[in-house]
Amino acid sequence: MVPLSYYLLLSGILFVCGVLGFLIKRNIITIFMSIELMLNGVNLSFVAFAAHWHALSGQVFVFFVMVVAAAEAAVGLAIIIAVYRTRETLNVDQVNLLKL
Amino acid sequence: MTPNPYLWVVPILPLAGAAINGFFGRRSSKTAISAVALVFCGAAFAMALFLAASFSAAAAPYYFDLAHWIRSGDFQVDFSFYLDQLSLVMLLVVTGVGFLIHIYSVGYMWDDDGYYRFMSYLNLFMFFMLTLVLAKNYLVMFIGWEGVGLASYLLIGFWFTKDSAAAAGKKAFIVNRIGDFGFLIALFLMIKHFGSLDFTHVFAAAQSLPAETAGAGTLTAIGLLLMVGAAGKSAQIPLYVWLPDAMEGPTPVSALIHAATMVTAGVYMVARSSAIFDRAPMAMMVVAIIGTLTALFAATIGIAQTDIKKVLAYSTVSQLGYMFMACGVGAFSAGIFHLMTHAFFKGLLFLAAGSVIHGVGGEQDMRKMGGLRVYMPWTFATMGIATLAIAGIPPLAGFWSKDEILWKAFNASWVYWLIGVVTAFITSFYMFRLMYMTFGGEYRGAAGQDAHGHVAHGHDDHGKGHGEPHESPWVMLGPLVILAVLSAFGGFVGYGNRFEHFLAPVFQQGAEVAAQGTSPEAVKSIEYLLMGISVGVAGLGWFLAYLLYSRRPQLPARIAASLGGLYQAVSHKYYIDELYAVLFVKPLIDGSTTILWHGIDQGVIDAAVNDSADAARHVSDTARHMQSGNLRSYAGWVAAGAAVVIAYMVWMGVQ
Repeated sequence: MVPLSYYLLLSGILFVCGVLGFLIKRNIITIFMSIELMLNGVNLSFVAFAAHWHALSGQVFVFFVMVVAAAEAAVGLAIIIAVYRTRETLNVDQVNLLKL
Repeated sequence: MTPNPYLWVVPILPLAGAAINGFFGRRSSKTAISAVALVFCGAAFAMALFLAASFSAAAAPYYFDLAHWIRSGDFQVDFSFYLDQLSLVMLLVVTGVGFLIHIYSVGYMWDDDGYYRFMSYLNLFMFFMLTLVLAKNYLVMFIGWEGVGLASYLLIGFWFTKDSAAAAGKKAFIVNRIGDFGFLIALFLMIKHFGSLDFTHVFAAAQSLPAETAGAGTLTAIGLLLMVGAAGKSAQIPLYVWLPDAMEGPTPVSALIHAATMVTAGVYMVARSSAIFDRAPMAMMVVAIIGTLTALFAATIGIAQTDIKKVLAYSTVSQLGYMFMACGVGAFSAGIFHLMTHAFFKGLLFLAAGSVIHGVGGEQDMRKMGGLRVYMPWTFATMGIATLAIAGIPPLAGFWSKDEILWKAFNASWVYWLIGVVTAFITSFYMFRLMYMTFGGEYRGAAGQDAHGHVAHGHDDHGKGHGEPHESPWVMLGPLVILAVLSAFGGFVGYGNRFEHFLAPVFQQGAEVAAQGTSPEAVKSIEYLLMGISVGVAGLGWFLAYLLYSRRPQLPARIAASLGGLYQAVSHKYYIDELYAVLFVKPLIDGSTTILWHGIDQGVIDAAVNDSADAARHVSDTARHMQSGNLRSYAGWVAAGAAVVIAYMVWMGVQ
C-alpha cells in the first residue's frame, strides 16, 4: 500500500511543473498542455484522497474535471487554430493586443 | 396682562393684501390692485383704532400667544404679540401714516409699470413693521426687523433697471446687516444670561440686577450691541450712510419707510429696552453721544445738498439723532413723542417733495425749481406747515416734541442742549432754504426743453410734455392735507406732559430719573427761557435762509466760494462715503480677491479637488501598465496571487 503522502507529493510536483510550464513556455500548445498537467495533478490528489478515505465523491469530481477539461480542450484548440490563422504564430508574447 | 385675541389680526391683514397683490396683481386691473392694497391696509388701521379705543391703562399690557415656535429645554420662544402704551403709539403711527401714504401712492405710482409690485411691497412692509411693533419677544421683533429691511431693500431697488437704485438697495441691505449683527449678539447674550427673549422676562431679570455704574458688565454689553443694531436701522453714526442713498427709491417709500416708520424702529427698540438701558448708564451715555453727534453732523450736510430728497434724508438722520439723544438722557417718552410728530411732519415733507417732483416732471434738483407756490398752492401750503413744524415754531407739532427733548437734554448736560440748539438752528435754516429754493422766486426749470428729459430719475412720466409745473391730483393732496393737520396740531397731545404720563407705565424708571430735578418754580423759569432760545434760533435760521435765498440769491454762491474747502467738504458729505470706500470696501474687496478667492477658494479648495483628481490619474496611469496584454505576465500574477492565498491558508493552518 503506497502511503497517501507519496501521491500528494507527486500531485504537487505535477502541479508545479504545470505552473512553471505555463509561466515559462511561449508556445500556446505547450501552455495548453501545462494546463492539462495541472488539472491532472489535482485529479491525482482527488483520487488519492478518495481511496484513502474510501469516499466516492473525490472520484466523481475527477470525472467532472475530465469532462470539463475535454470541453476546454475542444474550445481551446479551436481558439488556437483561429489565432494561428490570423496571426500566423503560436508565440503568446506576440498575441498581446488585449491591453490598455 | 390681559389676553387680547385681536392683536395678531393687525399684522396679518397687510400680509394678506401683499399676498393677493403679489400673486394675482400682474393680471389684475390697477383699480383692483389699489382696492386690495387700500382695503387691507385700511383694515389694519381700523383694527388699530379699535384696539386704541378699547385700550385701558388698567388692563394693559395686552398680549396674545398665536403659536409655539421654539421649545428647547427651558428656552421657549412663541409667536406672541404684545400691546402696551408704547406699542399702541407705534401701532397708530405706523398704520395711520402708512395708510395715508398708501392712498398717496395710488396717485404717485399709477403710471408705473410695476404698480402691482409696488403696492404688494408696501403691504408687505406694513406686515413686517407691525410684527416688529407688536412683538412680545425679541425674536419675533427680529423677524419684523429683518422683514422691514427686506421690504426696504425691495423698495429702494424698485427701479432696479437703474444701476444707482440697485446699488443703493444693496448698500442699505449690507449696512443694515452690520447693525443686525450687533442686535443678534445682544439676543445671544440675553439667552445666555436670562435664558429668555420674552420682554417681560428679560426686563424683570434686568431690573433685578444692580445698575452697572462702576464698570461695564453684561447689561452694558447688551445695551451697546442693541445700540449697534439701532444705529444700523435708524441711520446713526457710523452706519447712517445708507439712508441718503436710499432716496433712489420712489418718494412714497422714502416717506413711509425712510422717514416715518422703519428708520424709527431703532428708537422704538431702544425705548422698548429701556429697562436694560436703565441699568447700563454707560450704554445710555453712548446712545446720547451718538444721537447728539449724528443730529449735528447730518444737519450740517443738509445745508449744502441740492437734491430736494437728499436734504430731507439728512434731515431725517438728524432728527433721528434727536430721538436717540432723548433716549440716551433717559427721556424715552420724549424720544417717542418726537418719533410720532416726526412721522407726521417728515412723512408730509417727503410726500410734498414727491408732489413737487411729480409736478415738475421728475426733477429733483432744487436749483431747477423755484416759484412753485404759484403752480402748486396746496403743496406749498402743506409743506410750509411741515417746515414750520420741523423748525420748531410754536405751536406746531415739532415745537412740542423738540422742546421736550432739549429740556430733558439740558437736565442731563448742557452740552447736549447746546448742540441740540445749534442743530435746531441749522435745521430751521436748511428747511427754509429748501422752501425758498423750491417755492420762492421764479421758476428756473427750463420749461419745455429740459423738464421732460428726466426719465433717468426713474420718476413716472406722463408721456406728454411737461411744459409747466402743475398741482398734483387730489388723491395725493388728500394725505398731504391730513398730515398737515396732524403736523399742526399733533403736538398738543404732549401738552401738560400728558403724553409722558400716558407712556409712564412703560418707562417707570426713566420717568423717575427725569423727575429728579430742582424745585418746580426754578425749573419752570429755566424751561421757558430755554424754550424761548430754541424758538429764537429757529426764527434766526428762518431769517438767515430768507436773507440768503430770497433777498440776495447771489450771496450763497459767494459765501460758498469764500469758504472754499469747508464748503467742498460739506457738499461732498465730508467725504464719508469715500472714506468708507477706502477703509472698508476696498480692503474687503481686495482681501476677498487675494485671500478668499485666489488664496482659499482657488488655492485650497479648488487645488484640493484638482490635485486629488490628478493623483488618482497618476496612480491609475501606473497601475494600468499591469495590464500589458502579455499572457504570461497575467499567468504570473495569477500564480503569485494563488501562492499568497495558499501561504496565508497554510500559515493560518499552522496557527
